[in-house]
Amino acid sequence: MNVLVQGVLLGGFYALLACGLSLMFGVMRIINLAHGDIAVIGAYLVWVLVNQTSMPPWLAALLVLPIMWVAGYVMYVLLLERSRRAGQLVPLLTTFGLAIVIENVLLQIFSPDDHSLLSSTGTLATSSISFGGLTISIFGMLTLATAVVVLIGLQFFLSRTTSGRQMRATAEDPDVAELVGINARAVYAKATAIAVAIAGLGGIFLAIRQTFNPSTGPTQLIFAFEAVVIGGFGSPWGTLLGGIVLGVAQVIGAQVNPQYFVLFGHLVFLAVLASPRGGLLSRRGRTV
Amino acid sequence: MSLLEVGAVDAQYGLLKAVRGVSLSVDEGETRALVGANGAGKTTLLRVIAGAHRPAAGTVFFDGVDITRIPAHKRVALGIALVPEGRRLFPGLTVEENLSIAGGHRPGGGWTVERVLAIFPMLQQRRTQRAATLSGGEQQATAIGRALMCNPRLILLDEVSLGLAPKAVAAVYESLRELIGGGTTVVLVEQDLGRALSVSTRVTCMLHGEVVLEGASSALSREQITAAYFGVRASSGVGADT
Amino acid sequence: MIRARGGQLSGGFRVQRWTRLSVVSAAVTVAVIVVLAVVPFLFGADVTEQLTSLLIFVILAVMWNALAGYGGLISVGQQAFIGLGAYGTIFLTQHGIAPYEAMILAGLGAGAVAVPTSLIMLRLRGGQFAIGMWVVAEVFGILVTLDAGLGGGTGISLNGLDVFAPGYRQAYTFWVTLACTTVLLGLVFFLLRRRIGTSLQAVLDDEEAAASLGVNVVRSKRVLFVVAAVGCGIAGALYLANTLFIQTTSVFGVQWTAYMLFMVLVGGLGTFEGPIIGAIIFYLIQAQFGDSGAWYFVGLGATAIAFALFLPHGIWGAVDRRLQLRLLPVGYTLRKLDTPASAGADPAATDT
Repeated sequence: MNVLVQGVLLGGFYALLACGLSLMFGVMRIINLAHGDIAVIGAYLVWVLVNQTSMPPWLAALLVLPIMWVAGYVMYVLLLERSRRAGQLVPLLTTFGLAIVIENVLLQIFSPDDHSLLSSTGTLATSSISFGGLTISIFGMLTLATAVVVLIGLQFFLSRTTSGRQMRATAEDPDVAELVGINARAVYAKATAIAVAIAGLGGIFLAIRQTFNPSTGPTQLIFAFEAVVIGGFGSPWGTLLGGIVLGVAQVIGAQVNPQYFVLFGHLVFLAVLASPRGGLLSRRGRTV
Repeated sequence: MSLLEVGAVDAQYGLLKAVRGVSLSVDEGETRALVGANGAGKTTLLRVIAGAHRPAAGTVFFDGVDITRIPAHKRVALGIALVPEGRRLFPGLTVEENLSIAGGHRPGGGWTVERVLAIFPMLQQRRTQRAATLSGGEQQATAIGRALMCNPRLILLDEVSLGLAPKAVAAVYESLRELIGGGTTVVLVEQDLGRALSVSTRVTCMLHGEVVLEGASSALSREQITAAYFGVRASSGVGADT
Repeated sequence: MIRARGGQLSGGFRVQRWTRLSVVSAAVTVAVIVVLAVVPFLFGADVTEQLTSLLIFVILAVMWNALAGYGGLISVGQQAFIGLGAYGTIFLTQHGIAPYEAMILAGLGAGAVAVPTSLIMLRLRGGQFAIGMWVVAEVFGILVTLDAGLGGGTGISLNGLDVFAPGYRQAYTFWVTLACTTVLLGLVFFLLRRRIGTSLQAVLDDEEAAASLGVNVVRSKRVLFVVAAVGCGIAGALYLANTLFIQTTSVFGVQWTAYMLFMVLVGGLGTFEGPIIGAIIFYLIQAQFGDSGAWYFVGLGATAIAFALFLPHGIWGAVDRRLQLRLLPVGYTLRKLDTPASAGADPAATDT
């Protein structure tokens, strides 16, 4: 039972990482191979702010989000716009190139050593409550709650706001979106900005829950991607479910043998791919 | 002065030339029918005017402004709206969302979701349904309504009757008559020659990407147009009468 | 569709595959192989070892390009097969098979593993395939790490090559590498020339249209996928023979994909000659800057991005377009009949 709870809480973290990946794929059909490294940038930014200016972590987090938003915008304009127009495969090549660049710039600046925010966040990261034999990490709960809030927020944005409707329309048919007055480029840039900001948020949680170093990113990308695929590339709730399934699988694996932690997640992912439906909540035609 | 002025436009897909040296001038308030066989370049010409296809050569002026290099979404703000061939609604959006999404880019003109629903009463109870679930006629009405929501001065209609039941076609054209009466400038592509002639003031016939005949709808005989349509150049009056 | 060699088309064009230049270059290719073969007699063991790693890069680049440039499959996980080839060799030598035989068998074994892998992976498109392959590589790496007999995570040495006298080991490994490179490149060359090349070209242009014309898209992709796995597996085994020691992190690492991406993008994605040039360039850059640490990789990544955006067919693509060189013809050349075939510059010539 404890295993299940731990897995679910871990799943919340993966869902948070997966939101941005899923949004960019949904709107632009681009899988951003630098997504994990972008999350790690968020982690380093918070770390720098907290350690250089000794500001409280929550304030640093509030500052990092708009920075990541702008970075996402710039990334679209400088890299993705041209990549997208150059063909389906080019965004994969350029975002993989970007991943190499980010990892090695971080390596040059911060060395390969592990960093962590654990010492700066007081008891938040370590305390837990227990009742009826269950131990529930407070920070795990906070992560899951944040993931749910972000997913609901995205859902609301996409279905209830003009900007969100424009995003859905552009995702479905960018040519016609232009013909009804929507600037598809601006929509894509905004989607990228949102995705990068959410990735940064995921990075902040990453920095508090574990140690990180310049090569932490690829693993985060893989976990996020697995969550999206297990959930079926569909609704936000699919992503949450996918994250939870992945988290539970990993925790169960670790229970069997600590070395099986990552392996079990991968195997569930491959099993879902091999299944005829290819995703737990997969529904064709859904965009975001 | 004319509202739309297309000057010597060439447009191609890869090596295939779809439009060759086409010039066209449409006055404010006019209803122009574009006729011609499949592959004559009508759809491409409309897409060039709307900004969805970049021409290889030539110019497009709208209300005296050179818009050749202006992207499609900005042309909507200037007052050009296209109802694309095959309707192309956003299938995952509701009827209301499909309409409202097109609003707000060009203030004035007064089209609202309510007003569109008033001229297409069949959409009234479909309002919150996803566009993918509509019948062909309802989809076409939504597509026209979506273009109206752009508050256009010039509306481009590409084969709005294609694939519709006769009854639905009649309803669509009934609502068009209302529009045309309201002073909106219309360029329409229509396969049905009789219908094209009955709603239009002038007609332009294209063949193999070129304009082969143009004239007032009332002054041209069906025979003249049919001859031009199929490229029978021997027939009298071809290319004359402007 | 166009199958006639030198056949005539209606519009006054002639379809041509071998230009006079490509006949010459085929002869040059043979000469290069002969010259390379005598290198161990002329130079020391270090030069031989260096050339071995260059040839390994050539194999890797050609394999990755076969997948990406002809199959439209961007893989971030070809290290799955590099690692299988290397560790497969270790495993086979542990069971009494001589090292060089083991290397070839391990490469074929990687291909055998690729068959069931392709059943799952080829259902994926684009970025899903890319990361899916990465997961496969991670899984293979973890499974190898879990086997204590293969050294676990700490690495393992290749035994059995120490029977050769110093200097001879490098020479034998080089000749095996040269032979493998020749055979593998020849295999890819003829695959792409045959029907599969034409059908894959159609797939790249428009997958759905190709499928509706009866092109067996999945079969063509599967053949490429398995061939690329064999190539990467053999490259991994050769890498082991050249370095004698491997760790799971070194052979299953994603840096291999970074190298392959760089070589193929710089040399020329979707051209046959490009990856070979890319491998040579990469080899020279690595020799020059390989010690500069992180900035070296930043440079690799940035260069790859620049090529993907501004020179998508790489150096060879740019040269080819200007000069109409077709050294090793994989595609067909369309020539106007009224221009003599000897002149190289014809604007109507098709791209590969």
